[in-house]
Amino acid sequence: MKKNLRVKFTLLLAVSLISILLLSGCGKSYDATLRVYNWGDYMDKSVITDFEKEYNIKVIYSTFTTNEDMYVSLKSGGSTYDVVFPSEYMVKRMINEDMLHKINMDNIPNFKYIDDRFKNPPWDPNNEYSVPYFWGTLGIVYNKTMVDDPVDSWEILWNEKYERQILMLDSQRDSIGLTLQMLGYSMNTRNLDELEEAKQKLIEQKPLVLAYVGDEVKDKMVGGEAALAVVWSGEAVAMKWENPDLEYVIPKEGGNLWFDCAVIPKSSKNKEAAELFINYLCDPEIAFRNTDYIGYSTPNTETMKMLDEELLNDIAAYPSDEDIANAEVFDDVSDALELYDRIWTEIKAK
Amino acid sequence: MKKGWIAYPYVVWLIMFIFVPLLLIVFYSVTKTTDQGIVFTLEHFQRFFEPIYIMVLLRSLYLALISTIICLLLGYPLAMILASKEYRHKRVLILLVVIPMWMNFLLRTYAWLTLLEKNGVINNFISFIGLPRMELLYNQGAVILGMVYNFLPFMVLPIYSVLIKIDKSIIEAAEDLGANSRVVFRKIIFPLSLPGVVSGITMVYMPAVTTFVISRLLGGGQFTLIGNLIEQQFLYTGEWGFGSALSLIMMILILFSMAIMSKYEKENEGGGLF
Repeated sequence: MKKNLRVKFTLLLAVSLISILLLSGCGKSYDATLRVYNWGDYMDKSVITDFEKEYNIKVIYSTFTTNEDMYVSLKSGGSTYDVVFPSEYMVKRMINEDMLHKINMDNIPNFKYIDDRFKNPPWDPNNEYSVPYFWGTLGIVYNKTMVDDPVDSWEILWNEKYERQILMLDSQRDSIGLTLQMLGYSMNTRNLDELEEAKQKLIEQKPLVLAYVGDEVKDKMVGGEAALAVVWSGEAVAMKWENPDLEYVIPKEGGNLWFDCAVIPKSSKNKEAAELFINYLCDPEIAFRNTDYIGYSTPNTETMKMLDEELLNDIAAYPSDEDIANAEVFDDVSDALELYDRIWTEIKAK
Repeated sequence: MKKGWIAYPYVVWLIMFIFVPLLLIVFYSVTKTTDQGIVFTLEHFQRFFEPIYIMVLLRSLYLALISTIICLLLGYPLAMILASKEYRHKRVLILLVVIPMWMNFLLRTYAWLTLLEKNGVINNFISFIGLPRMELLYNQGAVILGMVYNFLPFMVLPIYSVLIKIDKSIIEAAEDLGANSRVVFRKIIFPLSLPGVVSGITMVYMPAVTTFVISRLLGGGQFTLIGNLIEQQFLYTGEWGFGSALSLIMMILILFSMAIMSKYEKENEGGGLF
């Protein structure tokens, strides 16, 4: 009897395994598979289905929430991806650590639509590894009905009048960086004294801060829960759509300029499909659909021509060259990361 | 009847997903990668003993303790009501305890975000009845509330399951011998329910002490708990060594408290969860 049961069990297992194999074989057959790893809510899903139809390539799309999150999962080697979208300082770090393939620009003819100001950037001087996807600034969004002081500097985040009405970003580089900038230092400093000073300043600010937030910032600001918040420009555009009382400012200290880029990691098994996909994203029509969907700023000159006049004049979406003249770009500080982490923990755990 | 082979899948599972990862944690916690390769080090443990990290640990233990006590104070009477034969709407009440557990934990915590905010439901009600709006979100109280709300069923159910098994004739005998209800509770019901209380405490305390979602969402990132610290090491800084050391210390602490608990349980001759 016992033996009988074992046979039955084995049979059952075999049958179910076979049926799983058969089922997964069903459906449409694709020529190739492309694994895309992007920020959450950072691409119009219909663009992906259209790409699948046009090139008969199956896209497996997954998302991450921070650059570091993405870096750790690539570095640990557990997962392979063909196209990834890190920010500029992370692109540099990945280039330094030999994690990226060189992109064959002959396969990206649509690269010609990318604005010249975004070509050959400092983190990728010969534009061999990365193609810009979206860009923006770091600044302050404030509610006009709640703030009556002029908002033009990071200093307002230390104004006691707005006690418990300030939302800070729960992001080490951004929060420590803006404090450094306010104190007149570089956002990319590795100098201990300067970092120590920034830490003291942030600890001093803590009683005024309502919360250190991530994605919730959008809901909280739109709902009028706080007066001031540090946000990325793209979020600000979306917030202003939903609540017209909100206004976005790039602080006079300069603010931060960031770029998210498409790159091909070394673990990619299908570099050609990856290049095809990157080229597809640079197509003005496709870039427009993505821009329209997520509201961030596109580096594509042809796409910009399709946008509303109003959006083009919005400082949150397309700041003029003067607005960002003093803006700083993050550099890779991986050798000081432990220090940044320690400082941030000390601030938040106080 | 030898049916040992039924356990094989579980043994495989155990080795793959519990034993090997544990070994990895131990390995990461005592090594670091240098130019010469991987070397043995105790610096991750040493780092933990810096005042800032000790403070985080103490805060985690403290907040979890407070929420466990509140859970016990709320959960025990509720379990007694559920277990009493006289109560007619018992079934409905049990369902009300269990239903929230069917919903996703993260979703329920997010719901509190909108309930507690300045223009949220609760504050709207408070201002409607003429009281000033209160700051309910992003403070220690909100974190404790989140823990109590999420873990209360884990306190109620073990106590309830012990209480319904108490032999009613013992209680009747005590009453026949002249004990009033207070004495019956103190001398009979409470001592007999202790195994349930102990497993309830363990089941609330353990997740409360290691949570990182509740403190981040409801505490607004201002109440760094040990769970947040571990999450940060793995997801943000990539300091797997320090993160593993923290996890290991946490596991040792939990094992230690479980050992104390189970010793206590044995003295009371109860059969608890562990």
